[in-house]
Amino acid sequence: MSTSSDTEVTSAPPTGTEAKAPTAVRGTRLTLRGAGLGRPDAPVLADVDLDVAPGEILTVVGPSGCGKSTLLRTLAGLLSPLAGEVGQDGRPLTGPAADRALIFQEDALLPWRTLRANVELPLAIKGLRGAERRRQAESWLARVGLADHSRHLPHRVSGGQRQRAQLARALAGAPRAVLMDEPFGALDAQTRAGMQDLLVEVLRGTGATVVFVTHDVDEALFLGDRVALLGNGRLTAVRNVPRPHDRTAHDDPARVALRRDVLISLGT
Amino acid sequence: MTQQQPQRKGRFALRYPRRAGRFALRLASLAAALGAWQLLAGLKVDLWLRFSQFPTVADVARAFADRLSGPDYWTDLTDSLTRILTGFLLAAVLGVATGVLVARSRLAEDLLGPVLEVIRPIPAIALVPVAILLFPSNEQGIVFITCTAAFFPVLVSTRHAVRALTPVWEEAVLTMGGGRWRILGSVVLPGALPGIFGGLSVGIGVSWICVISAEMISGQYGVGYRTWQDYTVVNYAGVFVGMVTIGVLGWITSTAVELLGRRLTRWLPRTSYVPAGRPGPLRAAAPAARTSAPTKTETAPSTEEARDEHLV
Repeated sequence: MSTSSDTEVTSAPPTGTEAKAPTAVRGTRLTLRGAGLGRPDAPVLADVDLDVAPGEILTVVGPSGCGKSTLLRTLAGLLSPLAGEVGQDGRPLTGPAADRALIFQEDALLPWRTLRANVELPLAIKGLRGAERRRQAESWLARVGLADHSRHLPHRVSGGQRQRAQLARALAGAPRAVLMDEPFGALDAQTRAGMQDLLVEVLRGTGATVVFVTHDVDEALFLGDRVALLGNGRLTAVRNVPRPHDRTAHDDPARVALRRDVLISLGT
Repeated sequence: MTQQQPQRKGRFALRYPRRAGRFALRLASLAAALGAWQLLAGLKVDLWLRFSQFPTVADVARAFADRLSGPDYWTDLTDSLTRILTGFLLAAVLGVATGVLVARSRLAEDLLGPVLEVIRPIPAIALVPVAILLFPSNEQGIVFITCTAAFFPVLVSTRHAVRALTPVWEEAVLTMGGGRWRILGSVVLPGALPGIFGGLSVGIGVSWICVISAEMISGQYGVGYRTWQDYTVVNYAGVFVGMVTIGVLGWITSTAVELLGRRLTRWLPRTSYVPAGRPGPLRAAAPAARTSAPTKTETAPSTEEARDEHLV
């Protein structure tokens, strides 16, 4: 036991305040085939065919109430599909699991745990204990810029900091897919831009598949490799987003055209 | 704490007193009640309410002093405390366990719900015949009655607290791969704790009522038994000694529950609003400027501290 942890330390030496390099994770493939989603008494989406490639960032946009969250909860395994198939790497989903982390719009941090104790939770579920667990949690908090707040309770920090802690908590469990449900929806524009940059930076190198739900078209185009559009109870289109991802590329003709298309098909 | 402040008139003259002042106020209130009692009983006031047979405060104090020197008083005390603590702790464990079970499992709700709801309205003290039939000794019967009394408030508050938990907490732990026991230990119990302590606070109070009543009916030794004995031999001062003892013991135990609850739910976000009359910066600044002598300038407590200042 001790020897294995020793070798792990030598292979990835903690260099002072610099956070430990994230464990490289292979992304997972998520597929929906003719899926009907929702609750039995309230179906929201029908005939959804979608393939999320390993390591890709798929953003999902659509008006409120169109089933964005339902799609995400189904992928997380909290809801079962009403029809069709929902699978991961070719196998049907059987329920929630640690390799598909979900980040909520609202406060999902446990309010009686400090930020660090919250981040330690997925690590504890994985069976890590003691100093190693604490060290990993601290390192994830440092990666999202919360090193100074690890001992604070969630209600003592700002909304943006709580969402950063949620991100750290989700990634600490080394998930192969990260499902994000309008995580920055309640934040002001400035915090939001900062969070988007942070997200791109933190996700780089984890290799995780990301499904990111938002109602903000610009956010969807900035973050996504592809954008899926929902409306009228269906998945209406999936569009590729031209690279590079640059916040200042608003006047790039391809981006402008895509943005216009997206807005038109959303009916705004 | 009570720094000398020059007389000031006007708007700030009638500030609500500070911590020491509040203690003084509470003591004064108690002293006034005792004084009124002494006066009414001493003068044998007999207007509709009849105080002529009433023992005075001095009588009770004398009886109390006699009791304290005797051996029975402490036996009574420890007997009552043992009974109530055993019954209450049993009720706390059983009440929380059943409450969680009923709130989380439909099967448990269907199986236990009807039985519990039928037993719940029965006053615990009415279970004395049941206790006599069921248990071989009085001692166990009294603990049973005490336990039943505290069980229902704990059960009901736990059930409500568990049902009111925010669903995303559980969903978050589920998507981290947490199982049933992880959710119970990391979400359900800590999240329901504020509600559970509401039930425990009510429960400890009901427990006292029932332990004393049960002792009066069937006990041997115990504060309730002694109080009833004194009544049957027309020793009214002794009855009052018993009542004072019950009051003080009840107060101590419920304070202990209250403090434990406050300690365990310290994470609860609290309002930053501080009740009126707390010292504002105005109050500290004004006299400090006038009495330029070596004044111990007292820093106003932070709102966080001020909120924690409880006089139980």
